[in-house]
Amino acid sequence: MKSIKNHLSLVIALVSILFSLQVLVITDRAIMSYKEQLASQYSVVVVAKVSLKQEQFLKMDPLIKSATALSPDDVIKRLNSGMDKKNIELLKLTLPKFYKLHLKHYPTPQEVQDLTKKLLKQKSIVKVENFAHTHDLVYKLLVLFKTIIVIFTVAVFVVTSLLIFKELRIWQFKHSERMNIMGLFGAPMWLRSAVLFRLAIVDAIIASIVSFVVFVYLSTNSWLLEQFKTLNIELVIFNPIDDLVMFLGVSVILATILATMIVLWHKEEV
Amino acid sequence: MDKVIIADNLTLAYSQSEAIINRASFSVNSGSFVFITGASGSGKSTLLKSLYGALKPNGGSLVVGGVELKKVSNSKLNFLRRHIGIVFQDYKLVREWTIEKNIMLPLIINGYEKNVITSQVDSLLQHVRLKHQAGKYPQELSGGEQQRVAMARALSHNPILILADEPTGNLDDYSSQLIWNLLEGANTQLKTTVIVVTHNIPKNMNVNYKHFHIEYGSIREVN
Ligand SMILES: Nc1ncnc2c1ncn2[C@@H]1O[C@H](COP(=O)(O)OP(=O)(O)O)[C@@H](O)[C@H]1O
Ligand SMILES: [Mg+2]
Repeated sequence: MKSIKNHLSLVIALVSILFSLQVLVITDRAIMSYKEQLASQYSVVVVAKVSLKQEQFLKMDPLIKSATALSPDDVIKRLNSGMDKKNIELLKLTLPKFYKLHLKHYPTPQEVQDLTKKLLKQKSIVKVENFAHTHDLVYKLLVLFKTIIVIFTVAVFVVTSLLIFKELRIWQFKHSERMNIMGLFGAPMWLRSAVLFRLAIVDAIIASIVSFVVFVYLSTNSWLLEQFKTLNIELVIFNPIDDLVMFLGVSVILATILATMIVLWHKEEV
Repeated sequence: MDKVIIADNLTLAYSQSEAIINRASFSVNSGSFVFITGASGSGKSTLLKSLYGALKPNGGSLVVGGVELKKVSNSKLNFLRRHIGIVFQDYKLVREWTIEKNIMLPLIINGYEKNVITSQVDSLLQHVRLKHQAGKYPQELSGGEQQRVAMARALSHNPILILADEPTGNLDDYSSQLIWNLLEGANTQLKTTVIVVTHNIPKNMNVNYKHFHIEYGSIREVN
């Protein structure tokens, strides 16, 4: 009971830090996934005088991922009011060629402009439809989303800093007594602080394991997965290896900093 | 005879303006038993603090166990403290440790082997009649029992010098007698130098002792 209480306060502080950190990571992953999805949906339509191959498009701008020819049949169908087959074939030849370009990533408005300019410089290309208006709107939304995440990060940072600071003072009080007593019996500095560092590292490991269990559970939680699915977002909620390493790294470093500060602040009372 | 403590014109103060001990000179022979008395607030605890190096002399010199405490390095002070056993007025037991672990502390610090520590702690627990309480925490014990734990800890590493600050202050007769017996035992059997701050020197002491009295910042021997 006693030993559980000794660990509890720091473990709780560390777990809440790890929890917010992982939420940030998940949000970041969601944005990345959303961006990829946007990139796959966004396309630029190009009208050309002559037919062009995909390789030719790829050479025009590194941003271009693929180019597909749009069939002129749809266009012709609308014009098709009693035209004979021969005329239609002729029309097909004279009609300009339509291409749909997919990009490697979701572009910024600037990138859209640059790309449009570049494409128009080509002699063969007569018109570029970049849907700039819609694109700008979506992009602004994305930027707003990211700003919110940054604000959230700062808020988490402030709250955890306060949490750690409070923890530090409790620790300072709790451990200085024991360190003082050990000093009065001639314990060298490393021995006085050994207990503190051991406790800090054990707590960091406990906090990592607790967070690990929580997120493994969450990442298999069907309700949560359903929510992301309805949002059409594909993401890894918890990567058991990478994220555990992050948990261990962050909590061990934090706890060690905490312990070091206490050791540095410690002064023998008279 | 060797001197464990040599104080020469020793001045102790917490602030520049007021000296608690003023230019006191005295010495303590190795293996002797010393009582220190004085009114409350006269500076008895302050003097003990200086003897284990928690309070540096403001003037004069103070040599304990051959170490000049006026200008001592941390490592040398730690070395000296490993050979001193202190019983504090407020016990100073580690809350989050069991009685057993508390008594072990000086043995751990002195790097004793595990089996030596176990047997030593076992015999001490028997001596202070706390064998059945070994796994408890200090807060779960009465004041008298805590005082006995503090006593056992001070004796555990067979120190050359024991400093005890009112070790029987407001204790029941049973605990008091136990503590006097232990201090006398350490002095006669192990030749440990014992310095005890107390308000009343027991009538039935079995050892020869010296008596210092502190008054108005000076220390004089009472015969
Ligand atoms: N840490 C301290 N800081 C400042 N003054 C102190 C401190 N400890 C004790 N004093 C003062 O020093 C004087 C002697 O105290 P102390 O040695 O504890 O007396 P006692 O003889 O009762 O043990 C008292 O006036 C006390 O107020
Ligand atoms: Mg006192």
